[in-house]
Amino acid sequence: MRKISARAITEAIYQAIRKISFAPDPDVTRLLKEAQNNESSPLARDALSIILENHRLSPTLQIPLCQDTGSTILFAEIGIEACLAEPLSQSLNRAIIRAQQEIPLRASIVQDPLFPRVNTGDNSPGIVHITQVEGDGLRLTIGQKGGGAENTSFLKMFTPATGANDIVEYITAKVLAAHSRPCPPLILGIGIGGNFETAPLLAKRALFEKLGRPHPDPQYRALEEQITEGINAAGCGVQGLGGNHTVLATHILSEPCHIASLPVAVNVQCHAHRHITVEVSRETN
Amino acid sequence: MKQINLTLPYHPESFADFAPGTKVLLNGVVYTARDMAHKRILQLIEDKKELPFDLQETAIFHCGPSPARPGAICGAIGPTTSSRMGPYIPALVDAGLRVIIGKGNIDQSYQNYMTNHRAIFLVAIGGASAVLSQHVVSCETFLWSDLGAEAVYRMELRDFPCYIPL
Ligand code: SF4
Repeated sequence: MRKISARAITEAIYQAIRKISFAPDPDVTRLLKEAQNNESSPLARDALSIILENHRLSPTLQIPLCQDTGSTILFAEIGIEACLAEPLSQSLNRAIIRAQQEIPLRASIVQDPLFPRVNTGDNSPGIVHITQVEGDGLRLTIGQKGGGAENTSFLKMFTPATGANDIVEYITAKVLAAHSRPCPPLILGIGIGGNFETAPLLAKRALFEKLGRPHPDPQYRALEEQITEGINAAGCGVQGLGGNHTVLATHILSEPCHIASLPVAVNVQCHAHRHITVEVSRETN
Repeated sequence: MKQINLTLPYHPESFADFAPGTKVLLNGVVYTARDMAHKRILQLIEDKKELPFDLQETAIFHCGPSPARPGAICGAIGPTTSSRMGPYIPALVDAGLRVIIGKGNIDQSYQNYMTNHRAIFLVAIGGASAVLSQHVVSCETFLWSDLGAEAVYRMELRDFPCYIPL
């Protein structure tokens, strides 16, 4: 059994939050530069140059990439031989509160969705998902998710009669209907299969895949390309300013599902794509 | 790409200059308001109470900034999704508001209401907060600090980049 202290975990999460607050996924920068070189709309080109300038300025000035510093999501892979000193949610919330005060981040969480919507004031609580794995490691994927893009995400329970083309059509229509609200250019995380609660989880996980990686299955790869290209051809563009870059990348993940079901979930991610994966190493204990 | 400067207050006679696809560099004092602040402003209008600032002279910025680090003018600055504030637009336009800064498309009916009153909707770029913060000369909590990020902030902008949407 390997014991992992609460301090080591909190510190790892805090440092991760700190890092992503000022730096998007480096592959986003690469894809945005490619987009700028192929952009047809002068307005969108101008906006892209401002976004790329933001990638340079944010870490230098230590001003967050986006004022919506988001809700904090943690996906943890915990080895069955690792023993954590406290529940992960406690370490996460401590790291969030410290980050909110010290970086500082915006307090963007309300205590209750309805009755009443009072801000918790410290950006806690975060959201935790745990998977058990072999070994004694602790691997943490931390994301900051803004509300604008999350609000345009969606789920539909299709049935097996649905063809791949129907799914493409549905996703294309929904993303285009959201227009510029989620701050395009976007990354689409798509979860197909599982059930009503796991398809959206799969969709969120799909966002953390290496950006622009080709899907290992050629059929899903074709589907990803069809979705990206179809949406880009419709001309919403960067922040709705036209041109050919509404979507930077589409990632699909799939899993087994019931013989009667075909769940499809889409998690919409803006270009302020803040996530990182860290290993809580032995040395930090 | 056509680019023009707008120094507040905006004069509706110049409406034709703000054609779709124009880049606008905005100067002057604006006030932020998100969902909660809009509710409260609307309540003031309904109760026929005096408004805390003159809507004709300024612009409303759909924005909830992140806190400033000690010594900094402001934290991260950027637009929030304007469609949520759509239902409040007609009453604010009736009360004199002519310039809104935000992001995303607003419902066609509200867009039409603005156009009919020669009011302009300016799109700012989301996820460009460090750059936008460099165009903020001053920023202070102006009203309803109990709302935190949703409070009304008074901000002075200099050459703040935005666009008239297509
Ligand atoms: S959608 Fe993304 S870029 Fe736009 S305001 Fe929200 S977090 Fe920022």
